Amino acid sequence: MITTGIQLAYLSSAALFVMALRSLGQPTTARRGMQMAAFGMLVAVCATLVDQRIVSYEWLIVGLVAGGIVGYPLGMWVPMTAMPQRIAFSHAFGALAATFVGVGEYLHGLHAETLSHGQTLALSFEIFLGSLTVTGSLMAFGKLQGILPGAPITFRGQNLFNLSLFAVGLASLVWLVATPYDVTFFMVILVIGTLVGILMVLPIGGADMPVIVSLLNSYAGLAAVATGFALDNNILIVVGALDGASGFILSMAMSKAMNRSFANVLFGAFGSESGGADEGAS
Amino acid sequence: MTPTVIIQLFVFLLAGFVGFQTITRIPPLLHTPLMAATNAISGISLVASLVLAGSNQGLFSTILGTIAVGCATANVVGGFLITDRMLAMFKPAKLEAKESVA
Repeated sequence: MITTGIQLAYLSSAALFVMALRSLGQPTTARRGMQMAAFGMLVAVCATLVDQRIVSYEWLIVGLVAGGIVGYPLGMWVPMTAMPQRIAFSHAFGALAATFVGVGEYLHGLHAETLSHGQTLALSFEIFLGSLTVTGSLMAFGKLQGILPGAPITFRGQNLFNLSLFAVGLASLVWLVATPYDVTFFMVILVIGTLVGILMVLPIGGADMPVIVSLLNSYAGLAAVATGFALDNNILIVVGALDGASGFILSMAMSKAMNRSFANVLFGAFGSESGGADEGAS
Repeated sequence: MTPTVIIQLFVFLLAGFVGFQTITRIPPLLHTPLMAATNAISGISLVASLVLAGSNQGLFSTILGTIAVGCATANVVGGFLITDRMLAMFKPAKLEAKESVA
């Protein structure tokens, strides 16, 4: 009975999110769209709180209160000019949550010996995308805030290095799915995700950064999708997919609005190792 | 693959298409607010964090879960607040924007 109620609440929350995204696309209804999204989030959270898997509430309250205290100044006191870096910073928070959930669920499955191949696949994707988004967002934040040099950074053999890193990650993924209880490879994927996040943002110039922030948003959504598959939770799949797809489209639209080709932003410094100079000029 | 996984894949595919469709052709004016809003929406991992933190799966999982709840809440609260602030600022420009779109 409670389970049905939760699922119905999730369904209405999903509907709210879809309508919210639709309204957010028009200037006249954008604000109402945002309120709908916030309400949808509230419905989803309240429905989750009555889930029977949740047995103790002390830590939840601690986490919620602490998050609220951190989130309020992040929302209210940051100057409007610092918007892109604040969004990047906020991404790092959200993705960190997804990564921790992935690690926690994996460890739980490891001890309870309940890991299936499919669940391991979902969890690996989750921690890979999650950790990638954490470091990528922190890099973007650093570059926009001026903590790190804003110019694109390239080095000799960057392509080769990235590709081999990617290959190692893929191999570990296959191996981990085949033998879900091999913790080493889980850690390898986590580390590679962290490195890929850094390497992905290194060659991107400061002016192109909003596109990357939006793309990282899309990855955070996909991490939520992976969580949904791992936990059998439909609201995570729906909202994560909405976020993933809209984030991707948005980053394409943004690069178009800046008169830059999307591939150029992504691979501008990747493509030709000597071509980093003209990227720096933009 | 179990039937549940198949259904979940369908759900994922369809929701992805909806995401693509709703966002195409939005005016550049709304790019940044939309980015902030989708950032807040990606805090949906709060749902998963709540389950992890509350389900007593051992001390380490509870600690991880609590940190995750805190981070995701900060993301959600901050994200929605800032989107609202941004959109509230647009109010005078809203009519102009409407005319240029129409």
